[in-house]
Amino acid sequence: MQKTFTCLICPVGCEITVTATGDTIERIEGHECKRGIPYVTDEFLNPKRILTTTVKADGAQFPVVSVRSDKPLPKNKIFDCMEVLKKTRIKAPITMGQVVVEDILDTGVNIIVTRC
Amino acid sequence: MEIMDVVIIGAGAVGTAIARELSKYELNVLVVDKNEDVGGDASKSNSGIIHTGYDATPGTLESRLVVAANPMYDKLARELDVPFTRCGAILTAVSQEEYELLPELFRKSHENGVYDVEMLTAEQAKSLEPQISPEVKGGIYIPREGIIDPFTLVVAYAENAAMNGVKFMLSTKVIDIHLEDGRVSRVVTDIGEILTRFVINAAGLYTDEIAKMVNQCDFTVHPRKGQFYIMEKDIPYNIEKILLPVPTKHSKGKLASPTVHGNMLIGPTAEDLEDKEDYAVTAEGLEEIIESVRRLLPAASPKDSITQYCGLRPTKTPEGYKIEASEEVQGYIGVTGVRSTGVTASASIAGYVVDILADEGLELKPKVSFEPYRIGITKFNELSWKEKDELIRQNPFYGHVVCRCETVTEGQIIEAIQRPIGARSLDAIKRRLRPGTGRCQGGFCSPRIVEILARELNVPAETITKHRKGSEILTGPNRLGV
Amino acid sequence: MFETNYDVVIIGAGPAGLAAAIEAKKVGTQKVLIVERDHALGGILQQCIHPGFGLHIFNEELTGPEYAYRFIGQIKPLGIDVLLNTMVLDIHSDDKRLYAVNRERGVCNIGYKSLVLAMGCRERTRGAIAIPGTRPAGIFTAGTAQRYINMQGYMVGREFVILGSGDIGMIMARRLTLEGAKVKAVVEIMPYLTGLTRNKVQCLDDFDIPLFLKHTITDIKGKNRVEKVTVAQVDDNLCPIKGTEWDIDCDTLLLSVGLIPENELSKKAQVKLDPITLGPIVKQRMETSIKNIYACGNVLHVNDLADNVTVESQIAGMYAGLNALGKEFKPRKVTECIPGEYIRYIVPQKLEVTEDRQDISLYFRVKEPARNVTLEISSKGETIARARRQKINPGEMEKMKIKADAIDKLGDELIVSVAEVKS
Repeated sequence: MQKTFTCLICPVGCEITVTATGDTIERIEGHECKRGIPYVTDEFLNPKRILTTTVKADGAQFPVVSVRSDKPLPKNKIFDCMEVLKKTRIKAPITMGQVVVEDILDTGVNIIVTRC
Repeated sequence: MEIMDVVIIGAGAVGTAIARELSKYELNVLVVDKNEDVGGDASKSNSGIIHTGYDATPGTLESRLVVAANPMYDKLARELDVPFTRCGAILTAVSQEEYELLPELFRKSHENGVYDVEMLTAEQAKSLEPQISPEVKGGIYIPREGIIDPFTLVVAYAENAAMNGVKFMLSTKVIDIHLEDGRVSRVVTDIGEILTRFVINAAGLYTDEIAKMVNQCDFTVHPRKGQFYIMEKDIPYNIEKILLPVPTKHSKGKLASPTVHGNMLIGPTAEDLEDKEDYAVTAEGLEEIIESVRRLLPAASPKDSITQYCGLRPTKTPEGYKIEASEEVQGYIGVTGVRSTGVTASASIAGYVVDILADEGLELKPKVSFEPYRIGITKFNELSWKEKDELIRQNPFYGHVVCRCETVTEGQIIEAIQRPIGARSLDAIKRRLRPGTGRCQGGFCSPRIVEILARELNVPAETITKHRKGSEILTGPNRLGV
Repeated sequence: MFETNYDVVIIGAGPAGLAAAIEAKKVGTQKVLIVERDHALGGILQQCIHPGFGLHIFNEELTGPEYAYRFIGQIKPLGIDVLLNTMVLDIHSDDKRLYAVNRERGVCNIGYKSLVLAMGCRERTRGAIAIPGTRPAGIFTAGTAQRYINMQGYMVGREFVILGSGDIGMIMARRLTLEGAKVKAVVEIMPYLTGLTRNKVQCLDDFDIPLFLKHTITDIKGKNRVEKVTVAQVDDNLCPIKGTEWDIDCDTLLLSVGLIPENELSKKAQVKLDPITLGPIVKQRMETSIKNIYACGNVLHVNDLADNVTVESQIAGMYAGLNALGKEFKPRKVTECIPGEYIRYIVPQKLEVTEDRQDISLYFRVKEPARNVTLEISSKGETIARARRQKINPGEMEKMKIKADAIDKLGDELIVSVAEVKS
């Protein structure tokens, strides 16, 4: 299996190709510097992203309030987390950094409010 | 069930002008229109030029009505509080061929009864309008050509008619007209029937379809598309006079016109179509406009355009205004063949139609309480600082500027919604107050106006439309199905 | 009429206005006022709920509202006054007063010693790029859609095509996808991405959203609501190529086709504008052509990072504050910054050589992407500064410093250019 990634470590943005069998990386090609190797290894094996979205907020100035994951979440859990957050409602008063969902889907990541 | 004296089909310039004229008498008058707002189809995308009729075909009804209408606008604009300027127009000859046509056009103007035209040398044309092409060979100055806000004109006709007792049924489509003993008796619409003594067909593009309902259709109407560019206000080549091309055998040409709001208009194209709802602007059309207008105004550049639009002029075959009562179907009056000159002619058509109604036996008893004056929506922008301050103290909604490009306040938007012919859509607000016509084209204000409309009309924001049903702005709250 | 006077007045409470206000206060001015048209401080950051802010300034990745909060939190403790829901309608630069309106106070007539323009920018519209077609509902600029979704909690469509690979457009592609919509394509007329690569990776690639470079939209169809758009490839002159068109069914078109500094008020104050940036012409202390009026942030030129806006606005705020305190910087010479080959514009446009010498940062954009280049600042034929870049891109702002000790070498002009291109 081959997969190509755009490296985001520096502005050059190398197109780096990973060749692998299952989870075993066999070859990494296209990186102009060695910083690309750990980047694509992570991207290939365990990509993570910060999730930002909104949840319904009752009694607040706007009907929704913005939230995010306090740490990057596994990429493949993003849509499952969205499902949870679509059903989440919080009530005013709302404070910045307030935890909305603790340890979402047993990832060890909390969802916190980013607006007050 | 109440019997109307007159049902007017079509709430464009002509329909609403007739409605206002009839509101001077003790009559039960109803205007029906398929659209969600007054303004019609052709009227709302008109160039806004109040013609003198100098170039009409002499001897025609169009010539007579346009020539008669032009002088009426000073008083009408004052009564109805509509922005109107007699800016004057220059018929601009750029080629020798065009130059040689001027004497003929000058003579034609006289034949139409427009005697205050003046022949211009190239130098005179340049000094009247410094932006005119240096290639200009000469021209004709038509001092009484004017510009009006066509949206406000129609809204004003309609509001003043409504103030004086005329009823309006919008978002109502006429499906059929029933006769009894050879006389119109009922107008069938998609939401119910209306009993009436007279029906006036002022349906513009759709006059043929309405005429068919009473079997009085000896003509066809097809749309002639006219695309326009609207330019930014702040351009270095703004003009004060309308620049008209000399019509030649090959082309009618495109014009450049100032508008009452300060955005120059250039166009239109003239494309004959079948589809009465084809409001698409085309790349070819836009290119043609620039190429053509640059002959008159070399600086014109598409880069300075703020938006583009197109209108559909009703084009009747056979051509020509035809405004008359049917001999076969009593009580039916067709106002057909009214084309792009209709915004201008609306003022005189109204009186012309009232005469026809009188001839047909409608008794016209003057209404003592008729109020000719309509005061438009507060012009916040034109108030002094002191006046603005006092207004906000009386009503704090005027202290909330919703549209920053055109400086429109929440107080004005609420007024537009609450007036006799209340705005119900984003476009209806835009036509009345111009939020969304500025540089950001509604990017900043439209989310706020949607919320104000929803709040004032007490409906969910998802039901607010751009114009008619089916043009909802939002597709519902986030997370459909939750 | 409500009348008041301040040392420094800042118009706009986005990242630019907030940073300027804080610095203006910190240099020791007594009375600082921010005038903001929205109901809250933070400007556009409030609707930018995505991460990516603060990496340069705070060394951590924040969302827009969190980034804004770092500054908003300082406003009250510093004793900076704020007028919210207040729209400035006019500036009279000769008698140093501005006119604004709000619900509570009516017309506010506010005097200033220094004024900071920090009104930000607006989005380029469909009208500005003249996309042919009908005019149905369902055409939004990306930022407008962002406000509907992130602030008001509404959805604006189900199936989307996005024109323009600007950052907001790509960020909205991800946001819409998370909300359950289908983003069918991002279409970019240029042969390169106009936003940041990071956003392409994390907003488009992550969700398999196709990006079509060198393509544009040539037609919009639909009478009431958008029904489809026509996409076509463009040639090197950016003109659509006949025969390459295809239709994409969608109910919504988002436009992310550029931002334009919002300078209507600047024009009222008679501030001179740069025809390329469309923002005020400024000197290194962010002073405009009109004395006592400063400008910073996206009103000056469109930035890709809020962090840059903050840095630039701190300078504007500091000098606006010092100016209000009566400090003057007498110029001995003025140097014009001239964009050389491959450079589109430079901010500041002019440098004043004064007694007080500080390092000066020049911000500029290149015209075309290139790899392995040397950027050079020169004056009177002499190199003032050089910098190597592995990659340059019109979508990413470049920055170079002129050291304080090099300032005396400046002549009447300095030129920024791409000196060498190594392939």
